[in-house]
Amino acid sequence: MIKLEHMSKYYGPYPAVLDVSFEVLKGEIVGFLGPNGAGKTTTMRVLTGFTPPTHGDAVVAGYNVVSHSLDARRHIGYLPETVPLYYDMTVTDFLSYMGMLRGMNSDWIKDRVPKVIDTVRLGDYRNALVGKLSKGYRQRTGIAQAILHEPDVLILDEPTIGIDPIQVVETRELISELGEDHTLLLSSHILPEVSMICRRVLVIHDGRIVADDRPDNLSERLQHSERIELTIRGAEPREIIAEMRQLPMVVDSRRDNRAESVAKSEREGTTSLIVDARPNAQATEIIANKVIERGWGLVNLTPLPLTLEEIFLELTTEEDLG
Amino acid sequence: MRYIWLIANKEVRTYFASPMAYVVSAAFLAITGFFFVASVSDAFSEASIRGFLAGAVFFMIFMSPAITMRLLAEEQKIGTLELLLTSPVREYEIVLGKFFAAFITMLAMLVLSLYFVIILFVYGIPDVGPILTGYLGLVLYAAATLAIGLFASALSPNQIVGLVVGSGLLTGLTIIDFVSERVQGIGAEILDALQLGASFSVFDLDSFGVAEAGHFADFARGILSVGDVVYYLSITAVFLMLTVITLETRRWR
Repeated sequence: MIKLEHMSKYYGPYPAVLDVSFEVLKGEIVGFLGPNGAGKTTTMRVLTGFTPPTHGDAVVAGYNVVSHSLDARRHIGYLPETVPLYYDMTVTDFLSYMGMLRGMNSDWIKDRVPKVIDTVRLGDYRNALVGKLSKGYRQRTGIAQAILHEPDVLILDEPTIGIDPIQVVETRELISELGEDHTLLLSSHILPEVSMICRRVLVIHDGRIVADDRPDNLSERLQHSERIELTIRGAEPREIIAEMRQLPMVVDSRRDNRAESVAKSEREGTTSLIVDARPNAQATEIIANKVIERGWGLVNLTPLPLTLEEIFLELTTEEDLG
Repeated sequence: MRYIWLIANKEVRTYFASPMAYVVSAAFLAITGFFFVASVSDAFSEASIRGFLAGAVFFMIFMSPAITMRLLAEEQKIGTLELLLTSPVREYEIVLGKFFAAFITMLAMLVLSLYFVIILFVYGIPDVGPILTGYLGLVLYAAATLAIGLFASALSPNQIVGLVVGSGLLTGLTIIDFVSERVQGIGAEILDALQLGASFSVFDLDSFGVAEAGHFADFARGILSVGDVVYYLSITAVFLMLTVITLETRRWR
């Protein structure tokens, strides 16, 4: 349904998105996760045909978004991050107008607008001016216009940003329901939100896709790895590795094969290892005690950040429900 | 085509749902009314709408951009342009829809001004020819100035920038005759060929001037010339095209 091939987008000389490729199949609910400024909105704007890619191709519902832009746009429902709406129209008038702009005929609109208003639970506000609605209800109006023309692909850019916690919960439920009969791409900078709604997560950082996995696997990678760099003088590598593997919180232990570490070890007559340990298990302290107990020389003991972990540090991993 | 009328319809409703259309119409009728009255209230004055026409073409320099300034600037500011451009609607349909909305609003204003003509017929025996060509010229002139105003509105999300740039362009095309009077030969002819029609000599309450070398002079006199019609239509077309191009290049930024 959605296919990006080696897509790059430059703003002037600066790449906002660099060589991104991924595919979303029909019926999939995919979360697009990344810190602010990672390139989520840019990618979505390319997919919706708002802005063309500098390099590469984007295909939605079988149509190239540049060469068959109008056809592609007919199959996309899009909610931009800023939730732009015409504030001087009522909810019903606004939705009818958007329906006509999407090429719906008047019978279809008459039938569809009340249904969509029910779906997003805006029934009491159908004749209210959009400008008078609270932020949460505007968000629902925005979602309503996105699903109005029964698009195959739904693209929602940060659909829960800036609304109050109760409405956030309701909006997430609504999005989960929508995922039942749409192909859905949803961006967020909140990990738990994506875990709740999506079965697949693309992590984007500095304009590149750095992970593409199920949310539970991602959480596992996040929670079950603490990587430690260990350098020791006066012991055989095999002996140290064996000893480390006996420690209960150590998952894996191996020689550090990075070129600079190998060179340094040879120069200084030391042994460098990489130890993967479970988090929150005082791994560094226990390793240090063990080394001293065995009478080895402890040269270096440093926790290493994981690439993915670095990214997650910038993400909001916990919700602030005020 | 369908989308053009759809967008035009929505924008016309927006005009008449807000005070904008009424305020601009009231100001337009008050100001042109002053020039009309001044031109017909002498003892032996001519029963014509010359004063009204001169006032109208002059004040449209500011009123047309005031009518169009909201049209594309606000879509950019609120971000609804993103909704429009991700709907299956082409840029030219958006631009033409917006243009016709402004044009219809302007026509409504001109219809209101017909009471000046009725007054003439009640109290005098006016010559019908110059009234017909005058109004035709005014409609064409309005289209050209609105196209320039719409182009200015596409340039930035700020309505005031749209108003200032639009009025600036129109004023530039008006004061060309100050320059053309001071150059000779082909240069003067080219400059005169671009002159929009209005003139600051409108404030000379004896002559109620439009620019003599400009394209509106013949319409005011009751003469219909192909060159003048083509000029206004060309200005309209060129600036509508520039507006479309501005929207298209916006995507690449």
